[in-house]
Amino acid sequence: MSSLEVRSLTVSFDDNVVLKDVSLALGEGEVVALLGPSGSGKSTLLRVIAGILAPDSGTVHIGRRDMSSVPTHRRGVGMVFQDDQLFPHRSTVDNVAFGLKMSGVGRAERRARAATLLARVGLAGFADRRVTDLSGGEAKRVALARTLATEPNILLLDEPLTGLDRELHDRLAGELTDILSAAEVTTLLVTHDPDEARTITSRSLNILDL
Amino acid sequence: MDGADDRVTRLPSRQPGWLVLVLAAGPVAGLAVFYFWPFLTLIAEAVTGETVADALTRRTTWNVAWFTMWQATISTALTILVGLAPAYVFARYRFPGRQLLVGLLTALFVLPTVVMGAAFLALLPSSLDRTVWAVIGAHVAFNLAVVVRLVGALWEHLPTDMESAAATLGASPRRVFTEISLPLIRPAITAAAAIVFLFTFTSFGVIRVLGAPGTRTIEVEIWRRATQLGRVGEAAVLALLQLVVLAVIVLWSTLSQRRHSRALGLEPLTLRRAPRGRGERRLVLAVAAATAVVAAVPLVALAARSFSTPTGWSTAGWTNLGRTDIRPGIRIGIDPIEALGNSLRTALWATLIAVVIGGVASLAIAAAGRSGRFLDVGLMLPLATSAVTIGFGMLITFDTSPTDWRASWWLLPVGHALVAVPFVVRSAVGVLRSVDPAMIGAAATLGASPVRAWREIVVPYLWQPLAVGAALAAAISLGEFGATSLLSRSGSETLPIAIEQLLGRTGSILQAQGYALATLLAVATMLLVALVDKAQLFRQGQRQP
Repeated sequence: MSSLEVRSLTVSFDDNVVLKDVSLALGEGEVVALLGPSGSGKSTLLRVIAGILAPDSGTVHIGRRDMSSVPTHRRGVGMVFQDDQLFPHRSTVDNVAFGLKMSGVGRAERRARAATLLARVGLAGFADRRVTDLSGGEAKRVALARTLATEPNILLLDEPLTGLDRELHDRLAGELTDILSAAEVTTLLVTHDPDEARTITSRSLNILDL
Repeated sequence: MDGADDRVTRLPSRQPGWLVLVLAAGPVAGLAVFYFWPFLTLIAEAVTGETVADALTRRTTWNVAWFTMWQATISTALTILVGLAPAYVFARYRFPGRQLLVGLLTALFVLPTVVMGAAFLALLPSSLDRTVWAVIGAHVAFNLAVVVRLVGALWEHLPTDMESAAATLGASPRRVFTEISLPLIRPAITAAAAIVFLFTFTSFGVIRVLGAPGTRTIEVEIWRRATQLGRVGEAAVLALLQLVVLAVIVLWSTLSQRRHSRALGLEPLTLRRAPRGRGERRLVLAVAAATAVVAAVPLVALAARSFSTPTGWSTAGWTNLGRTDIRPGIRIGIDPIEALGNSLRTALWATLIAVVIGGVASLAIAAAGRSGRFLDVGLMLPLATSAVTIGFGMLITFDTSPTDWRASWWLLPVGHALVAVPFVVRSAVGVLRSVDPAMIGAAATLGASPVRAWREIVVPYLWQPLAVGAALAAAISLGEFGATSLLSRSGSETLPIAIEQLLGRTGSILQAQGYALATLLAVATMLLVALVDKAQLFRQGQRQP
């Protein structure tokens, strides 16, 4: 758990300025929603925080440390992508255990920890499923479990509930609130739905005001 | 998944049996006489016990087999290794010159083998130019386009976010590659490796130009034993041995691709973007520059050497193309201008035969519905058989009257057409099959009989793919060297034969002439293939909804 601070970030693609002088700050353990219409650069901001995209100017600090020259895999930032990005050539449990494998955790232990996490997102017994056979809601939970498994300092969620049907959406929103409060991780959640933001988070920002 | 579906979509285009028979008769007869008969003759020649024993107990046979195997393995592995970086960069990034570089690699790939050999002969210092490393270098440059295109096509569909997701889970760039990208692009790597292996295993032209006694592939050895040593039976044994190896490889690659073609559903194309940040810009610049060097340098060297003589730059190689005597009164029996004429004549006839046979065959295949597949596969077989084997089979088959056709001028164009027909068929059948069957149904409701509807609606689609097929056939015939090495008669050499002979001689004017002819052939081939590319782009543009 760390604080997150973004200072006067500017990103442009060719001549198209997507983020202009954007700043925001999250306290340790805070869960904040980032609202804004589509195309307003919410996903771009998450990518810059995760180090996937280099900004034209501005800095990202995590726990007071400047992350500008730290590559993605050393930032301790977990991110759940809008379309999950599960690895199709790995089983469900191997997806969840991927981060543990990268940090050198032994096979037996990571399998056990991945199984615990799967249970925590309500997918006990799904370990050996192929991820290509999962439903939309199941895949979303696997993506969340996979990211939580690395115990990130910062958690980024990119439209985690978009595209699910109403009933599933409401149920997952509730579960997500519980999971996030249990995980005690500084979280930035991107959404375009103010109701969803109110349900899950304690504070909402609009990207257009930043 | 075919079954019912197939019946619905194909049925209206199926034609009465007599029409299919009439259309298929020519191609089937041609295939039987000029492919299957020589093939059976070859087997008969090979299987007499004595020759098998002779061939298999000779030590050179095993040396040649071993060399063929290891140079193909090394060439393939290197091509894949070298090709992955450009495959990635071309698939992922948008940058000025990208299109040009891909085009250049493709141009290299379509060069006639003899020209590629000549380019590396021109490029390398004489201490290196007749070693196995020259051969392998030429193989790698030659086949780079296979890797870049096949692997790149899959890589384009791999979401960049999947790699980013792995990075957020703690994977370093190297591990992202080994854990995520590599397993997912493996089907394309396998496919590319199989193709490159087939090409390099049967390498002939490159080795004839660059090779030394120690660097002979089976393909070269077949030619050598058949024509230089007169041991026809042994050559036949080697040809069969090679066919068995090729069949095993094709089978393996088909099976392994089937096994791995799961997982990745068709993801939408990840958009290419401009490189961002210093690291990415450096990567793109380095890979693009390296690719440009690899692709352009052999071609530049080839052209440059046609102007170089020991006494400095000179156009003598070009201006002397029409002269057959190197010094007054001294001739070596190679006439470059006549070779050019022979090549053009041969290409003209080969193209004509390939287009007529291929066009009629395509109509037959499209009209026959499912059973058309037999003709389709049959016509592809010459491609799976090495060129030398085809020429060799024809050479030993058509040597007794009434079919003693070895001296006939038309045997060579027929041999070339055999190799070119598959390209015409592939070009045409796809288009014919994509004709909306509903249109034929519509014509039927307007009172057209099935045959009439077919003539009015399907046949007109044939012209454009035939033009594409014709250009490809001409390019293939102009550069064909394997079958030609066995079928061409002295005095009627084609360009590739003349190039190989000129480059094999000492004498700077002869060498310069050889390089000049090779340059000419390179330009002609690239123009033809560029024409095909344009036509296909045009067609795609036209056919978009």
